[in-house]
Amino acid sequence: MGAGHGHQLHYHGHSPLHRAAAHHKILALLGFVLVVVATPKDWFAAYGVYLLVLLGVIAVSTVPPTYILRRMVVEVPFVLFAVLMPFIATGPRVEVLGLSVSEAGLLAGWALLAKGTLGVLASLTLAATTEPHALVVGLERLRLPQQLVQIMGFMVRYLEVVTDEMRRMRIARDSRGFNARNPAHWPVLARSAGALFIRSYERGERVHLAMVSRGYTGRMPDTRAPSRPARGHHHP
Amino acid sequence: MSTPTRAQDAAGAPPAGVLDVRGLAYAYPDGHQALYGVDLQVARGERVALLGPNGAGKTTLVLHLNGILDPGAGSVAVSGLPVTKEHLPEVRRRVGIVFQDPDDQLFMPTVRDDVAFGPANAGLRGAELEARVLRALEQVGMAQFADRPPHHLSFGQRRRVAVATVLAMEPEILVLDEPSSNLDPASRRELAEILTGLDVTVLMVTHDLPYAFELCPRSVVLSDGVIVADGPTYDVLTDDALMAAHRLELPFGFDPRSVPRP
Repeated sequence: MGAGHGHQLHYHGHSPLHRAAAHHKILALLGFVLVVVATPKDWFAAYGVYLLVLLGVIAVSTVPPTYILRRMVVEVPFVLFAVLMPFIATGPRVEVLGLSVSEAGLLAGWALLAKGTLGVLASLTLAATTEPHALVVGLERLRLPQQLVQIMGFMVRYLEVVTDEMRRMRIARDSRGFNARNPAHWPVLARSAGALFIRSYERGERVHLAMVSRGYTGRMPDTRAPSRPARGHHHP
Repeated sequence: MSTPTRAQDAAGAPPAGVLDVRGLAYAYPDGHQALYGVDLQVARGERVALLGPNGAGKTTLVLHLNGILDPGAGSVAVSGLPVTKEHLPEVRRRVGIVFQDPDDQLFMPTVRDDVAFGPANAGLRGAELEARVLRALEQVGMAQFADRPPHHLSFGQRRRVAVATVLAMEPEILVLDEPSSNLDPASRRELAEILTGLDVTVLMVTHDLPYAFELCPRSVVLSDGVIVADGPTYDVLTDDALMAAHRLELPFGFDPRSVPRP
């Protein structure tokens, strides 16, 4: 049960970037992304500058580049779409490497790729240098509505519990000869997903019950100490 | 806390009742009747085990103690305060329930926040809250884990923190649902040591009969929604006819007659 500790995205470290306040980092990310998105598509040099700034930040963070690179696979669907754009867009066409492609599509594809990559890279850097629960505290400081903060807090808290439950269900399934590659077995996957949903729903009810038993009335109380030190913690 | 000790109770005036359940009956909305007139009194400082087979109504009874469920008939009072809607906040402060799965109970980002949740709901803030949290964590030997996220702890540690979340509310009665379930023997013993060291009234729901024998001088057996036995744990566990009639069985090799009385 204790397996799978550690967060998928967070890279433990003590760099200045790790120590920076979460709400500052969130604001910096937001500002950066807004600037990138607002930059005209053909200011190619500007994108180069953005990338250099970002690479500098990653170097300061001491997070290994391969760590971030591996997690960039989430971008793949967007890359595919960006690559398709020059071929499916209309308008004047140009020759690139012997292929006739749409000029507007080429530019749009480039912009999608550049902006997307910069955004993903910056977000991964934030995630790698900030504990999930510190992120939630940061968003709270930025006055995100309480309900959203609570929902995110619960998500962070129970993500591992549910992942672990999913893992145990998979092991139990596989132990009884389930084969994910056999299409005849696929309905089982749907049923597993349904079972997981119901279990999570029931857990939600039990958590609520435990909260109500400790006097919860719908508002999260202020549990902060008067002069609590920074909310960092040490990994086991 | 300055509750009178058990010795005083035995020697002097009739002990003050912490828990007073009278004629409690309850049927679930689907018509299933779970409790048929339960009477149960628990005195201050007592440690009582609530035993019974699966489906006997133990959890249903527990959920009445802090007003999660409303009685169909009968009444529940905690230290003289009837469990009714207008008293719910105070009742929930007085009755601390530790649920079976610590993952259900521990939902805050850090152990400290989780232990602070109950007293903060009761209105405590700042230094007073912090002191309360640290004391509760010290009572279960988890003070050095205050800043950890709960899911980084072992199961036994999480169970202890779950106890602390309730102790922080300074309850008059601690209700534990299967406290020894899923614990390894060392964690089970550590929890027993913590529980016997606490100066608080305990009602413990359990299938772990040796644990009940070790920790609780008195046992109550609930079966099919009624209390069928109430007496010293030794007498209950050695009443073979009673045990067999209510699907209670001692684990292999355990005989209360051969164990020194705790």
